[in-house]
Amino acid sequence: MTVLSLSNVSKSFGGIRALSDVSLSVPEGRIVGVIGPNGAGKTTLFNVITGAYRAASGEVVLGGETITQWPSWRIMRSGVARTFQNIRLFASMTVWEHLLVAQPRQNALWRNALPVSWADAEARTRAEDALTFFGLEQYRDVIARTLPYGIQRKVEMARALTAKPKLLLLDEPVAGMNAEEAADLRTLFRRLNERGLSILLIEHDMPFVMTLCHQLYVLDFGALIAEGTPDEVRTNPLVLDAYLGTEAA
Amino acid sequence: MLLQQLVNGLTLGAVYTLVALSFSLVMGILSVLNIAIGELFMLGGFIGFAVIASNLPLPVALVFAMAGAAIASFIIQKVAYEPLRDAPLITPMLSTLGFSIILQNIVTNVWGSDPLQLPAELFDADFTVGPVRIGVMQVVVVGVTVVLVGAVAYLVQRTSAGRALRAIAENRDVARMLGVSVSRTTFLAFAISGLLAGAAGVLISLHYAAITPYIGVDIGLKAIAVMVIGGTTRVWGALLAGPLIGVAEVMTIAYGGSQIRDFIVYGLMILILLLRPQGLLGGARSDVGQRV
Repeated sequence: MTVLSLSNVSKSFGGIRALSDVSLSVPEGRIVGVIGPNGAGKTTLFNVITGAYRAASGEVVLGGETITQWPSWRIMRSGVARTFQNIRLFASMTVWEHLLVAQPRQNALWRNALPVSWADAEARTRAEDALTFFGLEQYRDVIARTLPYGIQRKVEMARALTAKPKLLLLDEPVAGMNAEEAADLRTLFRRLNERGLSILLIEHDMPFVMTLCHQLYVLDFGALIAEGTPDEVRTNPLVLDAYLGTEAA
Repeated sequence: MLLQQLVNGLTLGAVYTLVALSFSLVMGILSVLNIAIGELFMLGGFIGFAVIASNLPLPVALVFAMAGAAIASFIIQKVAYEPLRDAPLITPMLSTLGFSIILQNIVTNVWGSDPLQLPAELFDADFTVGPVRIGVMQVVVVGVTVVLVGAVAYLVQRTSAGRALRAIAENRDVARMLGVSVSRTTFLAFAISGLLAGAAGVLISLHYAAITPYIGVDIGLKAIAVMVIGGTTRVWGALLAGPLIGVAEVMTIAYGGSQIRDFIVYGLMILILLLRPQGLLGGARSDVGQRV
């Protein structure tokens, strides 16, 4: 069973091909990583999946439905949630409010005009679960933007989780974190995955990707140059040349 | 005398606050100045006037005026804003200007262009607190304002509808990516904006005991000034700037003469903007509008 698949997706910006003929798939219950040098098109890939950009050609299929032309909010309501490479938290909101803002809205309009504790016990429970899962209890009523960087990242992940995703997109989740924090997140992602969540992540941190992902895709100048298990990718000469080689040099 | 003017100024300031909040809600969500809000306010005043003139109680007048202005606001959203969503910001602003002129024309045709007077006996009771005489009407105006501002504060700060409003106001693209529905939230912003303007219209006709079809231009411009002075990025700036401008205006009339009233009010606006371009409560807006 495939959660997400892209077939021959291309996207250009004024003559520069950011993505050319990219095909990939995320099988249910797997952690899939996309790696590649800076400017390889990784974030563009996420923006196409989430509807922030429209693919010029090709098809994006989510859980059996073609979503290539869907607006963002509809895609996000259909079981996709994401975090951002540069943290995108709201300046006016506490951690707790961030955990409520991305939740599926009630259909009855009047329920949206009541405090969540009365109107939507389910939303409250989901927010509390996310708070506990990421160990954010002590920051509950703090304005999220005032927290340390590593905590802000966790708030973003917790916010994504409250949207009840089937597929979680993580854009460089351990960027700027130390080894200990990264190891902590790795454990959390594994636990999420064991609960049945499929994950697609973009990351620069090679050891992190190699130890977490079941499957990897390598992007270079907008095109896929390799795919396979971490071990296969590690030893692929094309990859060594394009990415790992330059990294080591 | 000074205290008395202060009380009068606060009453007028309450009305400015409501209208400024009305502007601010739409401005915050869409970055569009809905010029027709001045006329929604005027329309609310006439509807309220008509209800009071047929001997119905004030709460009924408020409900009808708020509903009428909210419906007009909905029409403005659908006709003057929605089709122009992707046009440069100046375009929907001009189409709301067109709407405001049409509304003014409609009201002039229905009720005529002469000022209408409220029955004199309405709310003319008053009581004295020390040296200050407070009219029942003033208590009603300030009371209704406090209740409405409280309701809006509650909605914006405590409910999921309010969180959606704040999320979109701060970063539309990110809000969308989190699944917040922009169309639903825009509808809400226009609706609340209309409700506030309608209520403020009834209050101003109580304050002056009269109403004219041209009041929307005068008060609307002052409310825009109030919003700008308070800071367009912070909705609550109006709570500070509204009373400030109201008091400044009343004091000017009492001690300087009504001919220099607007000179003082708008001069104050320019002065504050020179000293604090972001407005009294406005914060830095460095990351708003950032793309994903």
